[in-house]
This record gives sequence, structure tokens and C-alpha cells, in this order.
Amino acid sequence: MDFGFSEEQLELYEAVQEFCDDVLAPKAEETDAKGEFPWDNVKQMAQMDLFGIPVPEEYGGMGLSWMDWAVVGEQLAHACTTSGAVFAAHMLCMYPIMAFGSEEQKQKYLTPLATGEKIGAMGLTEPDVGSDAGSVKTKAKLVGDEYLLNGTKIFITNGGAAETYVVIANANPEKGMRGLTAFIVEKGMEGFEIGKNEKKMGFPSVPNTELIFQDARVPRENVLGREGRGFRVAMDLLDVGRIGMAIGAVGLAQKAYDDGVAYSLVREQFGQKISEFQAIQHQIADMAMEIEAGRLLARKAAWCKDNGSPELSKIAAMAKVYTSEVCARVCNRAVNIHGGHGYICDHAVQRYLRESKLFELVEGTSEIQRNVIALEVLKEAISQRK
Amino acid sequence: MNIIVSIKQVPDTTEVRIDPVTNTLVREGVPSIINPFDENAIECGLQLVEKHGGKVTVITMGPPQAQQALKDALAMGADEAILVSDRAFAGSDTLATSYTLAQTIKKLGEYDLIICGKQAFDGDTAQVGPGLAEHLGIPQVTYAIDIEVEGKKARVKRLLSDRFEVVETRLPCLITVVKQMNEPRHASLKNVMKARKKEIPTWTAADIEADESRCGLNGSPTNVVKVFAPQRHTQGERLEGDVNDVVERLVKILREKQVV
Ligand SMILES: Cc1cc2nc3c(=O)[nH]c(=O)nc-3n(C[C@H](O)[C@H](O)[C@H](O)COP(=O)(O)OP(=O)(O)OC[C@H]3O[C@@H](n4cnc5c(N)ncnc54)[C@H](O)[C@@H]3O)c2cc1C
Repeated sequence: MDFGFSEEQLELYEAVQEFCDDVLAPKAEETDAKGEFPWDNVKQMAQMDLFGIPVPEEYGGMGLSWMDWAVVGEQLAHACTTSGAVFAAHMLCMYPIMAFGSEEQKQKYLTPLATGEKIGAMGLTEPDVGSDAGSVKTKAKLVGDEYLLNGTKIFITNGGAAETYVVIANANPEKGMRGLTAFIVEKGMEGFEIGKNEKKMGFPSVPNTELIFQDARVPRENVLGREGRGFRVAMDLLDVGRIGMAIGAVGLAQKAYDDGVAYSLVREQFGQKISEFQAIQHQIADMAMEIEAGRLLARKAAWCKDNGSPELSKIAAMAKVYTSEVCARVCNRAVNIHGGHGYICDHAVQRYLRESKLFELVEGTSEIQRNVIALEVLKEAISQRK
Repeated sequence: MNIIVSIKQVPDTTEVRIDPVTNTLVREGVPSIINPFDENAIECGLQLVEKHGGKVTVITMGPPQAQQALKDALAMGADEAILVSDRAFAGSDTLATSYTLAQTIKKLGEYDLIICGKQAFDGDTAQVGPGLAEHLGIPQVTYAIDIEVEGKKARVKRLLSDRFEVVETRLPCLITVVKQMNEPRHASLKNVMKARKKEIPTWTAADIEADESRCGLNGSPTNVVKVFAPQRHTQGERLEGDVNDVVERLVKILREKQVV
């Protein structure tokens, strides 16, 4: 494992950082408060070529690594959590098309997603389907050359703003999980509507909507992979999604830490800077240490993805659960360091604390990540005993 | 369109200090950047090429380190870059600089438009652009906020202190642009990667067939007598508090100073 970045990588990250400092960060607060999809940021991110980082050049991408995607994702989340969330959710749609799509599907759908001309979203969750992703109730029935989809997805990030959706439905309910099938659905296809946008604890500018399918007509050629491969597609995309969550959590944690440290260096009580109190110093030390460890784990997951490591699922789950819990702890401490001022909306740390909770819940809760990790490590242990 | 943008590398003035003892600029550790107005000039060139086709060539006269400014311009999307660098150019004032740049452009050959920033952040003379046009014998329009090109003509909107002025000129010509014209783009990942692969040729005095008596110190009639920090005006007094109270105190002060 080698995280030594080349000169070219460092130049790319520097260009992204300039963009973050000049464009995203100064209006992060406004972007959040607006409660509208951040089209302006997204257009500029597209002009910066950020969306297609790991996508091959022949499909409009940059042909760079997952590590590059991970570093940039962290930079974005640090500058503007809203933009970082859109960036990560976009990949949930783009990645499965890149990994499982046919040549025609890639030409048609992957290219505009990679250039950022179109935004993507992924729909798995339903009112009665959460952690138990295999139990998807949305049905797909083949009629002639089309599938008719019926059912409702909820909480779908980028819903409404996205024009391309990867949707998991069951085409053969008797077969249970092996009936699950992934479809590429376009906004505007007959019978497909965007439902209500949820009000949330944070991220008001990132939409989380229902996707409503009522005899929605999806052409047969829009099946991703083939019928019955939906669970595999979902599990694969969740590995990437977990890296996306991990880098977002690290970016947000770093921002909360930066704000906490900056405040501790100016706020004075009892005749000294609060950063001179050991109780504050130890909190700062813990935050710095945990963020560092989380970043290493997140980057190891990206490294696993780049190198086709069989450890990917395990490490991505570890990275996701660890960084999301670190993020929540760090944001909590950053509020503490601000004292009562941290509870006041003039400071962004209260928002960070609200936002941090997201990372522990989505794309598999912490409990589910621990299930994945336990399964993997026990498998390893058993195979070693034989 | 064949567009040439002439740029200058300058110290990031937001980070420059003046040594209080020697009264000279402290340049150590100060990062160098593209003169901010020149970024508007590059952006203007890129937009015109996006609209009308063609290419943007960026030139600069400076020490070898000025390569970085050209790299940054390439990363913004410029097609070619040329560094004009020679010991003979050291100590150039605006006359020698504009002569040297004119020689460079003559060597480059055909062009439709030369764009410069309205002035450099460090020298603030605003003379090199106009000087360059004079050396080349082409029309010049300064302080442009908008340019519309149609065939062999350009309509240029100028930002003056109290009004706009629209002028029409034939091409080729030289235009200097103001900051309000546009928002310079950021270097995209693709352009950063492209810029890394681009060779930036360095042209010497001999390459551009410059008459050395007109270059550098030899060709510079200007002498800098002194650089100093202007006396800072003392801060005014700020009255704060209840409006009625503040007004009363203000009137009192004005009376004391016998202003009213
Ligand atoms: C802001 C936001 C954005 C989202 N974006 C998307 C999206 O873009 N696409 C999408 O498809 N979904 C999305 N989701 C859905 C999200 O992935 C699910 O909410 C998440 O997977 C948890 O499912 P659930 O809410 O149904 O919780 P449940 O599964 O009902 O879980 C409830 C509790 O039970 C625990 N639990 C459940 N099963 C087990 C078990 N086997 N062992 C131990 N504990 C268990 C859970 O850990 C949790 O504590 C989003 C959700 C939110 C809030």
C-alpha cells in the first residue's frame, strides 16, 4: 500500500483546493440555508471535471483513480457539505453503470454523468425496506419489450434533480433475492414520478425524495447487467458508496475540527486562551488523532478499490462505520469547545453536528456495517482454521 | 481567431510587505501569481475563442520562474505559451518591455487580437499594453468591459470613471481589459493535465531579433528614484450606540472643530 502522491496528483488536488477556497467554501452557509439544489455549484464542479474522476476517458471521464476521487471528495465535503453529498450520491448511480453497463448503456448514460452534464441518483430504500435490502418490494414485470415497474422508493438523494436513476426492483419475486434486478430509469419515462421531498435534520439543500412507479415503462435494454443480478449490483455499489460516505465524514470532521481549533485559539476565559486548558487540548488531540486514523482507513478502502483487493467490502465497511462515528464525536466536541456559542446558529458547528448524524445512518447503519465486518473477519478466521 | 494574451507574473500583493527600515518591497517568501487583471485578459481570450474558434497564445517576458505563470495560463485553457527570457531584458521599464513584447509578437506572426490586463498590480503603470500597440502600429482600446467581434471589426465597451463608451475598431488591434469584464475560470482537471504535458519554449533576445540597445536597462529611460510606503492616515473616530445619542455627539464634535 503506497499513498505517495505523484506531482501530477498534487497539482490536481491543488487546483481543486483553489476552486473549493474561492467558490464553494465562501458560500457554504448560504448553499445550505437556501434549501434548493445547488445547481450553480454543480455546474462549476462539472466544468472542473470533478464528477467523472475514476471514469475512463472514452466515456467522458478523467481516467484517474479511486484514490483521486476519495481525496477530491474529502476536499469538497470540507468546503461545502452540501456539494460533497451531491458528489457522493451521484457516484451511486454512475458507478454501477460503469461496472455493469453494456457498451450502449455506457455511451448513452455514463458519458453525460461523467461530464456532470446530468446528475444521477440511486433508489434502493422503500417504506418497508431499509437495512434488509434484499427484501425490495418494487416489482418489475416484463411485458413485450418493456418492464413495467410498480412500487415506491423513499429518501432518494438527488431525487428530482437527477435525470438518470439506477433503481433496484424485483423481476421475479418467487426467486426472492435472486429476482432482484437493477434498471436504468430516466426522468420523464412514462409512469415514473418524483414524490415528496423530505424535511430533514440537516442538508436541506440536498433533496431526498420519493420515486413513484406506477406501471412505469422501462425498456428492456435498460436492465443493468442482467435480470436477477440486482443484489450483486447493489452490494457492489454499496462498497463504493461506503467509501463515499467515509470521505464525506472525514471532510466534515476536518471542518468541524478546524473551526473548533480556530475558536479555541481566540476565545479567552479565566485570563487565558481556552486552548491553554489541558481539558480542551486533550479534546483537540483526540479529534486530530481520530480524523487521521479515519482518513487512513478511508484511503485504504480507496486503495483496495483501485487494486481489486478482496478485502474491499470489509475495509469499506470499517472505513464507513469508523469515520462516521469519528465525525459525530468530532462535531460534538467542536460544539463543546464553542461552549454555549456552539449552540447558536451564528456558528456553523451546530449544523455540522446535525449533519454528522447522516453518515452513521445511510448506506447501511453502523449496526449493519458491523455485521458486514464480523461476517468477513469470521470467514477469514474460519478459513484459517481449516 | 488568433489571440495573443500578454501577461505578467507579479508578487501576490495581498502578501507583500514593505520593509519599514529600507522602504523596499519584501519579496522573500511571497508567492508569485498571474497579475489579476491579466487573468481577466486570458478569460476574455478563452471566451472569444469558444465563440469564434481559433486559439489563445499567452506570452510573458520575465525570469525563468515566470514559466509558472504560463503554466497556470495553460491550465486555465490557453493553447500555447511562450516565455521571453534573457539576461539582456533585466531592468526593463515599460518602454523596453513593450518593445521586447512587440518583437516577440512580430516573430509569432499573424494575429487578430492582442489582449492585456488594464495594468499590473505591482507597477500600476498601465503603459505596457498601449506601448505595445504603438510599437506594432495597431489601434488600441483600453479599459474594455465587453468585446464583440464581427468579422474584421470589434465593438468594445469601455469602462470610464463616470460612463461607458462604445468604440468600434478594425482588427488586428490591442485591447486592455478591466476586472469587471468577467470572472476568470478555475483550472479544470483536464486542463491541469494538458498543461503538464505542454512544452513552453523560451525565446531569447536573439530569437526575437531584439536590438539590445533597446532592451533591459539600456533601453529604459525611466529611473526609480525611491520606493516608499505612504504615510498612513490615522483612523477616524467611530461613534457607536443609540442613534439619538450618536447624532448629538457628532454635532458636538463638528461644533468643536468649527465645521458647523
Ligand atoms: C438523508 C438520507 C439519504 C438517503 N439516501 C438514499 C439513497 O440515495 N438511496 C437509497 O436507496 N436509500 C437512501 N437512504 C436510505 C438509507 O440508506 C436507509 O435509511 C438506511 O439504510 C437504514 O434503513 P432504515 O432507515 O429503513 O432503517 P432500519 O433498517 O429500519 O433500521 C432501524 C434500526 O434497526 C437496526 N437494524 C436493522 N437491521 C438490523 C440487523 N440485522 N442487525 C442489527 N441491527 C439492525 C438498524 O441499525 C437501525 O438502528 C437515505 C436515507 C437518508 C436518511
